[in-house]
Amino acid sequence: MPISARVFLIDTRVAQQYCHGKGVFMESCLKVVDVYKSFGAVKALNGINLEIRKGEIHCLAGENGCGKSTLIKIISGIYQLDSGHIELAGKQYTQIAPIESIMNGVQVIYQDLSIFPNLPVFENIAFNSELAKKKKLVNRKELRSIAQAAVEKIDFKVDMDALMGDLSVADKQLVAISRALINDAKLIIMDEPTTALTKREVSSLFKTIRDLQQRGISILFVSHKLNEVFEISDRFTILRNGENAYSGTTGELDENKFAYYMTGREFAYETFAPLKLSEKPVLEVSKLSLNNVFQDINFSLYKGEILGITGLLGSGRTELALSLFGAVKEIDGDIRVNGKKVKLRKIRHAIQNGIGYVPEDRLSEGLFLQQSIGENIIISKIDQLTNKVKILNKKLRKAEIEKWVKNLAIATPNPSNAVTTLSGGNQQRVVLAKWLSRNLDVLILNGPTVGVDIASKYDIHQILKKLAAEQMGLIVISDDIPEILRLCNRILIMKDGRLTGEFQQGDVTEKEISDLLLAGI
Amino acid sequence: MNNVAKYSFKKRVNALFSDGYIASLVVLAITILVIMGIVKPRFVTVNNFFSMANQFPEYGIMSFGLMLTMMSGGIDLSVVSVANLAAICSAKVLLEIVPHDADISGALGGILVIMLIAMAIGALCGVLNGFLVSKIGIPPMLGTLGSSQLFTGICIAITQGKMVNGLPMAYSDFMTFRVFGVLPVVLIIFILCVLVLSFLLTWTTFGSKLRMLGSNSKAAMFSGLKVDRVLIATHMLASIFASIAGLVMLSNYNSAKADYGTSYSLLCILIVVLGGVRPSGGFGKVSGVVLAIVILQMVSSSLNMFPTISAFYRPLVWGAVLLVVMILDYYSDQRKNKISAKGAVKSER
Repeated sequence: MPISARVFLIDTRVAQQYCHGKGVFMESCLKVVDVYKSFGAVKALNGINLEIRKGEIHCLAGENGCGKSTLIKIISGIYQLDSGHIELAGKQYTQIAPIESIMNGVQVIYQDLSIFPNLPVFENIAFNSELAKKKKLVNRKELRSIAQAAVEKIDFKVDMDALMGDLSVADKQLVAISRALINDAKLIIMDEPTTALTKREVSSLFKTIRDLQQRGISILFVSHKLNEVFEISDRFTILRNGENAYSGTTGELDENKFAYYMTGREFAYETFAPLKLSEKPVLEVSKLSLNNVFQDINFSLYKGEILGITGLLGSGRTELALSLFGAVKEIDGDIRVNGKKVKLRKIRHAIQNGIGYVPEDRLSEGLFLQQSIGENIIISKIDQLTNKVKILNKKLRKAEIEKWVKNLAIATPNPSNAVTTLSGGNQQRVVLAKWLSRNLDVLILNGPTVGVDIASKYDIHQILKKLAAEQMGLIVISDDIPEILRLCNRILIMKDGRLTGEFQQGDVTEKEISDLLLAGI
Repeated sequence: MNNVAKYSFKKRVNALFSDGYIASLVVLAITILVIMGIVKPRFVTVNNFFSMANQFPEYGIMSFGLMLTMMSGGIDLSVVSVANLAAICSAKVLLEIVPHDADISGALGGILVIMLIAMAIGALCGVLNGFLVSKIGIPPMLGTLGSSQLFTGICIAITQGKMVNGLPMAYSDFMTFRVFGVLPVVLIIFILCVLVLSFLLTWTTFGSKLRMLGSNSKAAMFSGLKVDRVLIATHMLASIFASIAGLVMLSNYNSAKADYGTSYSLLCILIVVLGGVRPSGGFGKVSGVVLAIVILQMVSSSLNMFPTISAFYRPLVWGAVLLVVMILDYYSDQRKNKISAKGAVKSER
């Protein structure tokens, strides 16, 4: 690093500390004052206040349905507020049109990034500004130069002619940020920007965000991931049920308070200690390999334990899970269930051998969204809910459905409602119910709490611990290291297709695991 | 079984009207009936009803096949060609095994034989369709369009493109014979098809699996369903229904030809969509499709009663109705989504 750059770095750190201390951030960039908004009978926002100061990174957190998205859409002018007002650049607005919001330097980067996958990068970046000028003819040279100027602002190197759809999610995000910068942004709102990013991409995104902060741009960072929020933000606003639950500086928060403000509930976080392990392993894997994906995987799983496998995206963790579930055919090596060697060439074989799988992508792989909750629960067991001549036994079916809705406390007034009417946590319970009804020995869960709110996450953890206590063997695959540490009694580290470490719970810290995962990258 | 029927009958009637869409179809049917009764009193006569009852089974039964494939998330564009193939083959056999001057009782054995032959041919065609769609993985629209050409080609090769006629009169006499002087045999066949179909969809695991597969085939695979087997069974049933429709066509025209009923493909799609079967798969009710069949037959017969409206306009009317139904369906779907989304927000609170 050249000396001048280092001086600059030190300088800005001092400046930041100075800012924190003396409150140079005091000049506000956006104020939301006492805003109410309802949709029909549903009150989405109930007197919300929010202040974002110039040059600060402000985090907006809250569970699904707390009003985060509504608030963003009011700020960006997509929804109109019912009462209250917004202050932008010192001016008060009770009604704001999207174009006014943009003119005041507000830029929103939505979760889906609003990109055109079939167009090249430069058109994606410069498209909006061309539209704004109401030009009818396209001048590619001009587009290109606008785009080039925009990416240079954040030091982002990208092939201008690459198709947007071919870029990684992280690069797409940077394109979206560049696009926001063209329009002279003063406040950039990022709606859950880290959802689809790997750890490394997240840290590089954070670097970019801090760069933006140096230029005096304020960032409103929407997230419900605790560790990110602590790392990046200066100040904090938490919403709950359309009301302010907390506003203040990040330093005052800790994990327990955060969970409390988010949910209004106190949680007793305990690590998992297995009651009793079976003497013989229920699942043994030896020398399992899949061409170019993973090699020489060896481990055993005992009844009553929760085994964690953690690794980065692309480490082969998902493929390993799919292989154990019979969804991948080309594997080499031995798999033994209850000591008996089995061939898992089809998903059905795995299920017959007592292995179930809760997939990573609940919506596309785990659930039949438009179908009823009940049908979703019993689908794997449906062949057993018939009478002697293979006619459906509707009484049995109803009893089975009611049993699982009750056992897993699925919050629904009527199990014949569609699964789409449930929240993420309850949907995940439906997927769990589907497998539990089969009375399996082994359950493999891939990212069991991705996209699930804090309260449901806690509840799902309790369910899993209970299952382990009932002598089921569980494998939890997750890159949420705190989750793995809390939930599992044994942890395997997977890296580049190999298991590179095994730890008992308590022998390893979050920092050590993440160092292991990132080493050499 | 008797218990089951009692237990469900009242519920069925209730369900029929609790489902808003089915109720609106009933209202639509009654409206057409009333309007036509006023404008053309000839419409509400026993004779007209009998003539309608002779017409709708052929495309009605065909629609049931299409309905099954659409519920699986696909489509079957080969129903008409399967019907023709089944009709041509059974006509050829009929000419061989039943003497020309036989009466109904003398021909009964032969008629049963050709029915079995037709259904076997349907089953074979369906297995081919199912194989193309599931094991090979061709999109159903392309796979069945291709097989449709193949089946039509076989028909042309067998017949040299000519009509197969001169059938023993006993066959169409049998199909139009009125049991107890009231119910024509074709109508009984139609009713049997309705019963079999409702049984399959509500009382067997096949029905559940079909609906689940139709709404998310990936999740079906991850739930351990034998996806390929369900798809093959679906296409097989679809083609069996088509071949039964072919038998009805054979009696209505008293002949068979490779290009009979070519306009039925569109008509069947129209019926199935009007009947409330979701084109993207996963949902469909037999009651809805039966109502749609009745409604379209009434519209068709009504058009017949106005000599000024030429038969040339018929495809235009069907096309327009199909588009309108799909547009309405789209909007009602959106409204439903909005309502359920609000419900979700509430339940989260």
